[in-house]
Formats: sequence, structure tokens, C-alpha cells
Amino acid sequence: MIRRRVARGATGVAVLLIAAELAGRTGLVDTSLLPLMSTVLARAAELVADPAFLADVWGTLIVWAAGLLIAVVIAVPLGTLLGSLPRAETATRPLVEFLRPIPSVALLPLITLLIPDDSAIKMTAVVYAAAWPLLVNTMYGLRDVDPIAKETMRSFGFGRLAVLARVSLPSAAPFVLTGVRLATAVGLIVAVSAELITGGTAGVGAFMIRAGAGFRTDLVLAATLWAGVLGLVANALLLELQRRAFRWHAATSGELS
Amino acid sequence: MLDVVNLRHTYGQGPSAHHALGGIDLKVAEGELVSVVGPSGCGKSTLLRSIAGLIEPTDGHIRIRDGHVTGTPGDLAVVFQDYSRSLFPWMTVGENVALPLRRRGMGRAARRAAAAEALAEVGLPGAEAKYPWELSGGMQQRVAIARALAYRPTLLLMDEPFGSVDAQTREDLEDLVLKVRELHRMTILLITHDIDESVYVGDRVVVLTKSPARVAGELSVDLPFPRDQIATRELPAFVHLRAEVGRLVRAKEPLPPFHASQQA
Amino acid sequence: MSAATTLPPAEVTKRRARGGRLSALVTRVWLIPVVVAAWEIGTRQAASAYFPPPSQIVARAYELWFSGPAAHLFLTDDALGDFLPSLARLFGGWAVACVLGIGLGVALGRSRALAGYIDPLVEFGRAIPPPALVPLFIVIFKLGTEMQVATIVYGVIWPILINSIDGARYVDRLHMDTAEVFGMGRAQRLFRIILPAAGPKIFAGLRLSVALAVILMVLSELVGSTDGIGYQLSYTQMNFDLAGMWSVIVLLGVLGLVLNASFLAVERRVLSWHRRARQTT
Repeated sequence: MIRRRVARGATGVAVLLIAAELAGRTGLVDTSLLPLMSTVLARAAELVADPAFLADVWGTLIVWAAGLLIAVVIAVPLGTLLGSLPRAETATRPLVEFLRPIPSVALLPLITLLIPDDSAIKMTAVVYAAAWPLLVNTMYGLRDVDPIAKETMRSFGFGRLAVLARVSLPSAAPFVLTGVRLATAVGLIVAVSAELITGGTAGVGAFMIRAGAGFRTDLVLAATLWAGVLGLVANALLLELQRRAFRWHAATSGELS
Repeated sequence: MLDVVNLRHTYGQGPSAHHALGGIDLKVAEGELVSVVGPSGCGKSTLLRSIAGLIEPTDGHIRIRDGHVTGTPGDLAVVFQDYSRSLFPWMTVGENVALPLRRRGMGRAARRAAAAEALAEVGLPGAEAKYPWELSGGMQQRVAIARALAYRPTLLLMDEPFGSVDAQTREDLEDLVLKVRELHRMTILLITHDIDESVYVGDRVVVLTKSPARVAGELSVDLPFPRDQIATRELPAFVHLRAEVGRLVRAKEPLPPFHASQQA
Repeated sequence: MSAATTLPPAEVTKRRARGGRLSALVTRVWLIPVVVAAWEIGTRQAASAYFPPPSQIVARAYELWFSGPAAHLFLTDDALGDFLPSLARLFGGWAVACVLGIGLGVALGRSRALAGYIDPLVEFGRAIPPPALVPLFIVIFKLGTEMQVATIVYGVIWPILINSIDGARYVDRLHMDTAEVFGMGRAQRLFRIILPAAGPKIFAGLRLSVALAVILMVLSELVGSTDGIGYQLSYTQMNFDLAGMWSVIVLLGVLGLVLNASFLAVERRVLSWHRRARQTT
């Protein structure tokens, strides 16, 4: 069964690659716009050994990871606080509902004016975008804690903090991790967007803009391939973490938005 | 009208294969209500799914009115045990009942009228606009029965139709089935694991063995009509039949194997 | 359940709820005016060019967009020039993604073989951050609407596709068996069984994609456009018109809010069976 799936998957990928190659070779597609698949793959292989490209990837990764980390440090405690105080939650909810839909990309021009430093701009945008799914999922997770479990702890004479540490946080943890996964995806999107818009000197997005300006679509596509690999790896890592840490929890598969 | 010859079915292949049906012969005459009873997990549902054309049996023949069954036959309806999953929650009760009638080439008005009539027959007049999940379990199963009735099948298959309702509702539904079949002279094959039920509703009881299922025996049920939940069940003939069926169901269960060699 | 017996008490509770709803509204939204007032005072005190007070932002927004003639619903030419192209791209791209995503998703969800061939490509495609394709689209389509729509379609199709696959794949087996037993044809199965059954999942994907569509619309207009809300944003930035810039940001927030709310209203109607069925069980 599994072997058949792998075989089919490989066939699908191979067919696409060959079709793309043939489309270029037969002249169906203008190769000056869309280069041959073989060229793209060769460029992608070359890029791994290209220190300039690696520096760009590294730049994006740093912005992405640092932004995520800052967002977690801000949003999770805030979400915990708001989620465990029902009145604070009802009061802030409309505010959250209004601020959340503001696309972080729209803040980029403003941030660019406010902050002179290139990577600080990107990081700010990533923090803003990543904070919302984290905040909302943490709040939701804490609100969803089984009241009976909390009352059981209270009836044994535990204080509020002990209940928070032993019942509320562990049972909200899977939701928080779902938030982390969503934030990771959004964070990468925003990091690359910021690089595209602010130009800047480092980052995969900046690399692509430079390559695109020189009409080097082969390099653009090769970099796109690596961006996909980056996203794939990040998502796989987080899924695995989620599966290992919370095997018991059914909500881990349900994504909240 | 229904003729099942040497029906076999095996799930999977090789050493992990599960032999569900081990050669079943079964005949159901026009207008007859046959109960099929057997220990749980004996392949009763596999038998029903084969007749309904939902699975293709490994070997054997199924004939309905001299036509071989390949794919789902056109004039057959099924009432499944799990009414909550067999009714469509996004449609009203009326739409659920009327839906299959499209295949009968009926117009919109005719479909609606037929659905209303069938619902009235099962004791749910005027329930068309409700949604299935607004009804109790017993009422949902009535809707499923109404859907089958409105379809006017020549053969009605029922797969543990009363397995998921409480005892009182179960008795009501058993009487409902007897009533509608009296009214429409339908041919019904009812699958159950309940020995009492198989005798109470059946003209004939077919007992299956544990899997791979074979026919362990058949009993004619010569109980008078109309049947009554209290009076019929206290007839000596009923008690006797029930005991006979029970014996057949149990006797064919293989004894727990015990060999001295197994201890090694 | 006659109307005569149920209406009066319902009317009473409705009235009571209206009073209760008002006070509930106050307890829920009191923070918003407080925050706005605090912001107004704070920004006036700080007098920073970068943070104009809300009153100034509102005034600028009025001046920019809402001081037009009554015949145009008080919208200015600027407003029409900004909003219409943006909304057209937004909805156009979203609609294309919906049709492609649901169609392909249902096909992949129902056919194990097809899914086997395509799955790795889907996994990879969704892993590419959509902005990464903007440079490519710029080269292929040049700057303009085609590039922007392509960016939106590519970016928002994934949640729709993934959720449609999921929804169509896990249609209850008994639903399908029932459909088969009663001899429903392919089209009927698709429209009466598979799509409704997958509906809740599909809608979850659609809602995610609406929010994404706004982001990508702004991005693609910031990168290269001569009209639209995103263009207006970069225009105000270049002219150092900070009140105008803040107006655009607030406008985009309102747009996201309105889109989400109207989407929820539609979902509520279409999926009312699902919500109520879950409440009763």
C-alpha cells in the first residue's frame, strides 16, 4: 500500500517535471520567460553551494525564527493572561477582532518609515503577523479548559497559580502549538513579503527581486524551489513535534483560525 | 424471488484474509419476511451488502427475480442500523424521503406527495419540514423506513434496523414493519442478532454460523397474525421456536479449543 | 408547534434579549472607545509626525474618500479609483481559486489513485510562501492586474484545496452506500451528497482564504500597481502623508472585518443544518 503510494507520488512528480521540460523544448512555452525544468533544477543544485544565496537564506531564516520567538514570548503569556480572566477576555475580544484582520503587509510602509534598520523592519512585521494566531489560539485553549478539572484541583486546596500551571496550561498546550504552526506559516509569508517590498540587502525575497530584475527566471524559480523546501521542512518538524508531544489530544489536527 | 447460491466472500488475501461468508444458500419467496440471525460478527452484514450490490462477493450467485445482481439492483431498498448516518443531515425529512424517487422519474409534486404519504404511514404525518437530527432515534429510523417505503422496492433489506433504539421503541418499530408489509405485500429480508426479534417478525428464520458463515438451520414460524408484543410472545409455540433458534445459534459456535499441546 | 402558541413567549424573550443584548454589547465593546480616546490623548501629547491622532486619521479618510458627490454615494473619484480595482482583483482571484480549489479538491478527495499521483505536488505547492512567486509572476505577466490576480489565486487556493480534499475524502461511508443503494447518479451524488457533506470543511478553508486574499491583494499592489488600495498605500508613503497612510491601514482593517463578518453570515445560512445538528447531539 505504502509502496504504491510512493510509486504514484514519484510518478506524479516525474510527469510534471517532464511535461514542464517538454513544454519548454517544444517551444510551447517561451523559455526566456519560463526556463527549462532541467535548467531550473541545475540552478537549484548550484545554489546550494552559492555562498551569496546561502547568506540570503540565512538572513530570511534569522528574521523568521527571531520574529517567531519574539511573537511567542509576547503573545503566549498575554493570551494566557487574557484567556484565564474571562472579563478581560470579553473586553479585549472586539479589539482583537478589529486588529487581527489588518494585513501585516499593509503595515510595512509605516514600519519602514519608523524603523531605519532593514532586518528590524522585517522582524517587526513577522512579530505582528505571527502574534495573532498565537494570541487567539492561546486564549481559545485556555477558555476551553475543562472546568471540572479546574474545580477538582481547587477542591484539593490548590491556588489559582497551581491550577494554571498544572491543569490550564497543559490542556491548552496543544492549541498553543497549533497557533505556533499557523504562525510559522504566516511568518514565512510575511518575511518574504517584507523582503520583496523593502528591497533590502539580504533574504530570499531580496535575492528573487534581484534575479527577477535581471530577468533571470531560472534563478527565481530555483530560489522558489528552496523556499518551498524551507516551508515543507518547517511544517514537517512542527507536525512531528505536535504528534510526539500531544499524542493524547484530538484537537491537534483541528486548525483554528 | 431472491435466490442466493453458494455465496462466499473473503476480505483481504493471504494469511491475514478474513473469510466472512463460507458458502451461503438462501431463498426468499415473493411476499415473505425472512429473518437472518446469527452471532455478532458472523458476516450477516456482508451477506446484506452483497445482496445490495455494495460489495462484489468473491464467489457465488445472487439472483433477484431471475436477474443476476451486478451492481446495485434498481428495485431494492435498504434500511441501515445507523439511521443518523444513513439519513442526510443537510436535508429535511421530506427531502430525505423524496430524494431517491427522482430515479423513479417522478415529478416534484409527485415526489412530495409520495413522501408525505410514506411519512404518514410510519406515524410521522407532517414531519416533512423537520431535520432528521431534530427527531428522536426511533423517529429517525421511522424516516429511514418511510424512505424505503416511498421507493416501493420489490425487496426490502433491513440491516439490524432496531439495533440502536431503546426497547420500547424497538417493539413499536417491529410492529410498524409488520404493518407496512401487510399493507404493501413487500418481500423483506431482515438481519438481526436478536433471537426474539427474528421469531417475532419473521415468517421464517435462517440461522447463520459464526464466520465463515454458513446456514446452520432454518425454521418456519407458524405463529398467527396479527402478532402482538405480549400475546404472541407468551404463546408456547413462540417460546419453543425461540429456544430452537437459540439452540441453533449457540450449538454451532465452536467450543473453546482446548488441547494439551497448546500449553507448550 | 402551532404559531399561535409559540409566538407570544418568543416575542417576550426577544424583547428581553434586546435589552440584555444592549448591556451585553456595552460590556463587550467598552474597551474600544477607551482605547481610541487614550490613543487620541496620547498622540496629541506626543505630537509625533508618525502617529497622527485618530481624529486626524478620520478627517483624512473623509477627505480622501468620503467627501464625494451624493450621486456617487459620497465616494470621491479617488475612492472609486482605489476601491473598485482592488475589490475586483480580490473577488476575481478569490472566485477563480474557489472554483479551481473545490473542483480539484473534490476530485482528489474522491479518487485515491489521483490523490496518490498529485499529493506530493500539492504538499510542495502549499509549502511555497505565495509572495515568493511574485517576482516570477512579474516577469511572466508584467506589472498589472494579471500578475496581481495570479498572486491572489496561487496564494489562496491552498487552504481551499486542502480542506476540499479532506472534506470530500471523509464523507461518511454509509452516506455513500445509501446513495448507491437508492441508485443516485454521479451528478446527484456530487451535488446532493458529497458537496453538502464536505461543506463544513470547505467553508473553513474558504474563510481562511478570504483573509489571505486581502493580504496578497495589498502585497501585489504594493509591489507593482498603478491603482488600488495598495497603490494608495505606497503613494501616501512616498508623499510622507502619514494620516493618509494610517487611513489606508484602518480601511484595510475594516475591509477585513467586513469580509469576515459577511462571510460568517453566509456560512451561517448555508451551513445552518450543520451548526444546529451539532447543538442537538
